Formats: sequence, structure tokens, C-alpha cells
Amino acid sequence: MSAILEAWNIAYRAGGRMLIEGIDLSVERGTVTIIVGPNGAGKSTLLRVLCGELAPATGEVLLNGAPLHRIPAWRLAHTRAVMPQASELGFPFSAFEVAHLGVEGIGRGLSRGDRQRIAASALDQADVAHLARRNYQTLSGGERQRVHFARVLAQLEAGRTVETRQVLFLDEPIASLDLRHQLALLNKAKCLAREGLTIIAVLHDLQLAADIADSLVLVQAGRLVARGNAGTVLSPGRLLDVFGVSLIPPSLPPSPWTLASSN
Amino acid sequence: MTDRAIGTQHLAMARDRKPLMMAVLTLLVILASGLALGSGATGVPPSRVLTILAGQSSAPAGDALIVLQVRLPRLLLGLLVGAALACSGALMQGLFRNPLADPGLVGVSAGAALAAAITIVAGDALLAPWIGPLPFSALPIGAFIGGLITTWGLYLVATRQGRTSIAVMLLAGVAFGAMSGAIIGFLAYLSDDRQLRDLSFWSLGSLSGATWTKVAAATPLILPVLLLTPFLARGLNALALGEAEAFHLGVPVQRVKAVAIMLVAVAVGASVACAGMIGFVGIVVPHVLRLTAGPDHRMLLPGSALLGAALLVSADTVARTVAAPAELPIGILTAAFGAPFFLWLLLRRQGGIAL
Repeated sequence: MSAILEAWNIAYRAGGRMLIEGIDLSVERGTVTIIVGPNGAGKSTLLRVLCGELAPATGEVLLNGAPLHRIPAWRLAHTRAVMPQASELGFPFSAFEVAHLGVEGIGRGLSRGDRQRIAASALDQADVAHLARRNYQTLSGGERQRVHFARVLAQLEAGRTVETRQVLFLDEPIASLDLRHQLALLNKAKCLAREGLTIIAVLHDLQLAADIADSLVLVQAGRLVARGNAGTVLSPGRLLDVFGVSLIPPSLPPSPWTLASSN
Repeated sequence: MTDRAIGTQHLAMARDRKPLMMAVLTLLVILASGLALGSGATGVPPSRVLTILAGQSSAPAGDALIVLQVRLPRLLLGLLVGAALACSGALMQGLFRNPLADPGLVGVSAGAALAAAITIVAGDALLAPWIGPLPFSALPIGAFIGGLITTWGLYLVATRQGRTSIAVMLLAGVAFGAMSGAIIGFLAYLSDDRQLRDLSFWSLGSLSGATWTKVAAATPLILPVLLLTPFLARGLNALALGEAEAFHLGVPVQRVKAVAIMLVAVAVGASVACAGMIGFVGIVVPHVLRLTAGPDHRMLLPGSALLGAALLVSADTVARTVAAPAELPIGILTAAFGAPFFLWLLLRRQGGIAL
């Protein structure tokens, strides 16, 4: 019974359309779960229901055994962090201030100095420490994404003073990153998972997803069609069915950027 | 020096700047207040202002009357209204996640003025036969309701799925403003001489009608707003990332939004009822502060209150003295400086306005 997150028969409806429907899911602690599927399959919607942002029309999500909708927002913020797709900011906050937003009001017994150290160290881990003083509004899409990665790392670090069984949700976290930073971010996520953090992410790149995931979740038209390791989920027949491409995974050239697990 | 040390030092700097910033702004408020009490059609030297305020009778009775019954209530009203307008500007900008929101610009002041006008005309027609002339305190309450309806309506129209469209907000503001203007015009057409004088007062903002009655009506409304806004600072900081992101950070988003809208409506309603529509304070003041001290709302909200108070009192002093003994409506002054400032803001925005 080490499932940290469980979902039963969840559905979400918007504008009279079922975006996701009848999804059951159980996620083990300390694993990396990657949600894959074609555009419009409901991947982001599923992520937003699982993290508590959207209330499901049917079914229930349990986080650490407690119904998600019963957990107050402040408590939830100590238990899980969500990295959004890079967003606009109306005001000229510096990258440091954005990362620091992740620790404001989060955590117990932290001094002001502790919080600043957490934010600074998170920027360092996301490889954006050199941008700390830069105005977020003038950063590129990839730099913004890494600043948000720093923010969620800081939030989890501060939240750990209250709750150690934590989940990190990533919504297409590497969409605008260059190759080096894609690998760095996913490597970091994998390392955190080995330390006990649970990762649930939406990714488009099947190759990277297959490399990093302990478990793949394939969704199509709002339904979960397969779940398991890369070999079983990404079978040639299913790739043709779901993505409309006839790729035969074993015939793909070996990935030149397979994640080095010793890193 | 390592990058990490730079990061830590950076925030430490920002934090150390806050007390200094507050001290400078408080000093500005004191200077502006002193200047306002001493200058005008009749000059009163600073030393005499102090003796009068200390309650000593050695000063000439005429000067004491001018300072205590004319300039002091006007000063206090100016401080309150300036603080209220600048603070509601900062609140609205935080709420709409956009530095271009301003209660005057997006029709909230007009909505408040309309409700105040309805209170005067309808109040006279419907209630006066039963309870006599309405007490002055009915106006801020009417204006508050008008401000509340407009702010809420604006938020509903401009926000879809947690994203606020700046273009829709500004255009809806134009529509709200025009609608309020039309109805105020219609009420003016219906109203008698005395009502007409009261109504025209709102379109030209002015502190010239300041009395102790108005100060007494505005204080219990505006002061609590100024004291409560700092509690919204963390929520508004997180809200800058977006509503979903603020929720992820544990902020009770709906409550923060509802409280911010209420506070804006109270502050703008009380200001409009006492001083009419004074524009641009709410957009200029927070912007100047963001340029000098950054966008952190923990500094921005109290800082805006102080700088807004100092700025409006200074503007009023100028309005009273440039053409003494006549005086300019202060709304003309703030618009003359504020409108070009707003245009400059629009021009220097990178990438134009997102629709």
C-alpha cells in the first residue's frame, strides 16, 4: 500500500464535452509517471484534475489517502507543487522574486534567511542562478520555464518541513527548453524521485518519456488506453492506433541522449 | 562571488530597502502636509501653523480659523482620498494582473459617481418627504454600492477561465464610463438647481468642498481599507503568476479576489463621494513605486498609500495657489499630468497589448 495518489473513475466535463472520462489510476511513491497521448487527448486536463486544480465531475482523487477536495489549499501547497507551461507575468518581478514566491507562506519554522537560501539554491539547481536579478518579463521562454522549475523546487523544499510525502506535477516542462536543459530537468526530476518525491508529468517526446518513466500512461480521446512500462504501452499497433504513425520502436535508432542514470 | 550568493544578496537588498523607502515616503507626506497648511491665498508661516495645531491661542484668530476650519479638513481629506485612490489602483492592478488598471480609467469611479448621483436625485424625490434631507453619509454608501457593482461587473466581463484580457477590461471600462456619464447627464436634465450643482461636482474632481463632516464620513471607510490591504500582499504576489498558480501555492484565490474587490469599492466609493472623480492617481503612483522599489505588493500597497497621499495633497496645494485666490479643479491637474504619463506607459510596453 505505497500508493501516494489514487484516482477512481474520474471524469471532467467542460462546455458540454467530456474531456476525460472513466480514468482509474494509482501512482506509487517515488516513481516517475509520464502521461502521453496525441493533442487534445486530455493529458493536461487529467493532470489538472489530479493536482486538485479542477474538481472532477465524477469519481474521486485520493492524495496520501485523503480525498483531494477535502484538503485545504494551504495544506495541499505543502504536499504538491505544479509547474505550469511558461506563463506571462504582468509585473517586473525578478527571477529571484518569482522563485521566492514558491516559499512565501510555505513551510514551518523557516526564518527569512532560510527561505532566501531555499529560493537561491533552487535557482542554482534549475541552472538559472545567473539570471537571479534579471526581470522575468525579459527572459526567453526556456529561461522562464527553468525559473518556474526553480519555483516549484523551492516550494517542495519549504513544504518538506510539514509534509514529506510529496508529489510534483509537470505540464510539458521541457516544451521550450534546449536539448541540454531538457535532459538536465528530466535528470533532476529522476534524481528527486529516487529520494522519494513522486513525479507526474505530461510529455510529448515519446523517446524521452520512455527513457525516464517508471510508468507510462497513454490517453486517447479522454480515456486511459494503456498503462505500464514503455515496452508494453508503446507497441507498434498502439502507436499506429493512437498517434497514426507506423513506428516500430525496436527499429528506431538507439537514442543518442539516453539518460545517464549515474548522473 | 557565486551566483547563489548574488541571489541571496539580491533579496536582502530588496528587503533592506523597504524601511528606507517607507521613511522617505512618510517624510514626503509630512512635507506635503506642512506646505498645504501654510500656503494658500493667505500665507501662514510654519511656526504659526505649529502653534495653531498645538492649540495655543497666541496666533491671530483669523489664521487659526483658516488653518483649523479650512485647510486642516481639506488636508486630511486630501490625504485620505490620495491614499485611497493610489491604494485601490495598486489593488486593481494586482487583481487584474496588469499595470494598466485604474479605478478612474476603467469606469469604477464613474460607476460610484452614478450611484451617488442616483442617491441624491432619487433620495430627494423618494425619501426626503419621509425622512427629510439625506445625511451626507448616505452618499459614500451609495457610491460604494456603485463602485462594487462596476468592479465586479468588470471582472466578470474581462476574465475568462482565470485569464484577464486587458483589451476587454479597458473597452468594458469605456462602456461602463460612457453609460454612467449618460445616466448622470440624464439625471442632471431632470434635477433642480441645487442637485445640479452637486452633480457637476463629481465630473470635476475637487477637494474644495472639504468639511469636517466629509472627513468624518470618509475616515471610517478609508482608514480600515488602508489597514487591511497589506494582508492581501502575499495573495496578490502569487496571483501575479495566474489564478491556477496562486491556488497551487496555497492562496485562497476566490477570497483574495472578493476582498480586493470589496476594498477597492469602499475606497473608491468614499473618495468619489467626498472629492468627485480624480483620475490617474491610481495608475501613476503604483507605477512610479514599481520602477523604484520593484513590484512586491508588501512594499507596493503601503507605499502607494503614502505616495498617493503626498501626491494628491501637493497637487491640491498647486491647484489652490497657481491662480489664487481662484482655484483649479484638481481633476484637471491630475489628468494634465496623468494622461501623458499613461500614453508613455502604453508606448513603452514591449509587444503591445495582449488581446
